[in-house]
Amino acid sequence: MTRIGLIRLLVVAALIGALELACRSGLIDHRVIIAPSQMASALWTLLASGALDADIARTLGMIGLVIALSIVLGFAAGIAIHALPRLRRALDPFFATYYAVPVFIFYPVLIAIFGLSVMPIVLIGVATAIVAMIIATLNGLDRVPRVLGKVARVHRLGRFATALQLQLPAAAPYLFTGIKLAVSYGFIAVIAAEFILSPAGLGRDIADAYADFNNRRMYALILFLLVVATLVNAILHGLDMRFAARRSGDRS
Amino acid sequence: MTATRRTADTLFILFGLVVLWEILHRIAGETAMPAPLPTFAYLLHNLTTPRFIANLTTTGLELGYALLLAYGIGLAIGVWMGAHRLSGAVGEPILVSLYSLPKITLYPVVLLIFGLGISGKVAFGALHGVLPVALLTMGAIRAIPPVYLRAARTLQLSPWQTIATVLLPAALPEVFTGLRIGFTVTLLGVLLGEMFASKEGLGAMIMNALQLVQGEEMMTVAIVLFAFAALANGFLLFIEHRLHRRV
Repeated sequence: MTRIGLIRLLVVAALIGALELACRSGLIDHRVIIAPSQMASALWTLLASGALDADIARTLGMIGLVIALSIVLGFAAGIAIHALPRLRRALDPFFATYYAVPVFIFYPVLIAIFGLSVMPIVLIGVATAIVAMIIATLNGLDRVPRVLGKVARVHRLGRFATALQLQLPAAAPYLFTGIKLAVSYGFIAVIAAEFILSPAGLGRDIADAYADFNNRRMYALILFLLVVATLVNAILHGLDMRFAARRSGDRS
Repeated sequence: MTATRRTADTLFILFGLVVLWEILHRIAGETAMPAPLPTFAYLLHNLTTPRFIANLTTTGLELGYALLLAYGIGLAIGVWMGAHRLSGAVGEPILVSLYSLPKITLYPVVLLIFGLGISGKVAFGALHGVLPVALLTMGAIRAIPPVYLRAARTLQLSPWQTIATVLLPAALPEVFTGLRIGFTVTLLGVLLGEMFASKEGLGAMIMNALQLVQGEEMMTVAIVLFAFAALANGFLLFIEHRLHRRV
């Protein structure tokens, strides 16, 4: 491990240690925050009991569905919009302001339309994540070098082969950025929707535990979600690094 | 010529969205999704009622305080991590991973610490805004050409003078980008805070309208918030472009 990585590890460990000490010594009331070791042990008990299994499957399944839909539909929409320059120019102002307006405020409206079910959560998740994928696809297709079109003609590649062998690899880094954002937005939107109002799921569990003053359960659930989100982000970051290394390797 | 055609196309899409709304209204029915025209009538009629203004003021106040906190703390962290190389190298990945976490999971913790009143929502909004402000400020200061700093040393400026007369002016355009993104996510944080266990503010108003099945009110609040966010973002973008041109 590098020196900076080591320092970072020590800083994080010191912060957690300080929290542990402050909670154990009573400096922080246990009704506000419980010690990190207690959070971990509460989570361990909760996971071992299997009581969370249904909600974990539900929430992670929903996040997976939202991410998959956003990536596939966003990619398709990006290709379609890229092929229609006039539509694209007209849509540009919408793309530019989309993430500046609180789209999430439509979640209650979706509940009013579809009822308190899975549907509003999936829709608000896709609505939050898909536009990042569309924008990334447009960016990626913009950056495909023109010379690749000539290469395709020289090699007499068909349209499909050109797309698969030349355009897709050239646009790949931008598409990956879109995927990363879609994953992040999908996570945030689904958990937020569950937390605010939903029939079940981990977000709802946290809200219920908060309402019941059940701090052990609440902090165990929070810890679980933070660990999962951090892990997913770390995996995506690792893939990103590997792609970047391979691309720079290509050039040398 | 092309610019007017583009604007016409954009307006056409906006019109298409209203048509889509009307279709949704026909499918979903009167109670779930009111028609566009009655909603606009309701909007014009209710914008000036004391109840709406009270909620608007609460949200505005919370947003103001949250921005003050997010900008103050974010700029301080950003300047520190940008100027001090080791702190930046150690802290940046921590901030980046915090930035992409679903912060809503921490809202109960914020509520336990700050209580259910205005301060909980302010803290939650600020929690959202601090990270982009800090990250972009740090990036901006790191991107300053080292020769500027050498000039500051040659002129024997104090650390404060260096920050005020060299670092901030050089970094301002990119810092402003951080402030703009910080504004967006702080607004989102405040609204999310209002949507859960709150009785005041526009976010609470929309949740309340959901329970009372008042579709017009829900759409009215959503439209007002969209318009406000889009206008504010447009204004901040305008300033940002001017700053970029000036440098």
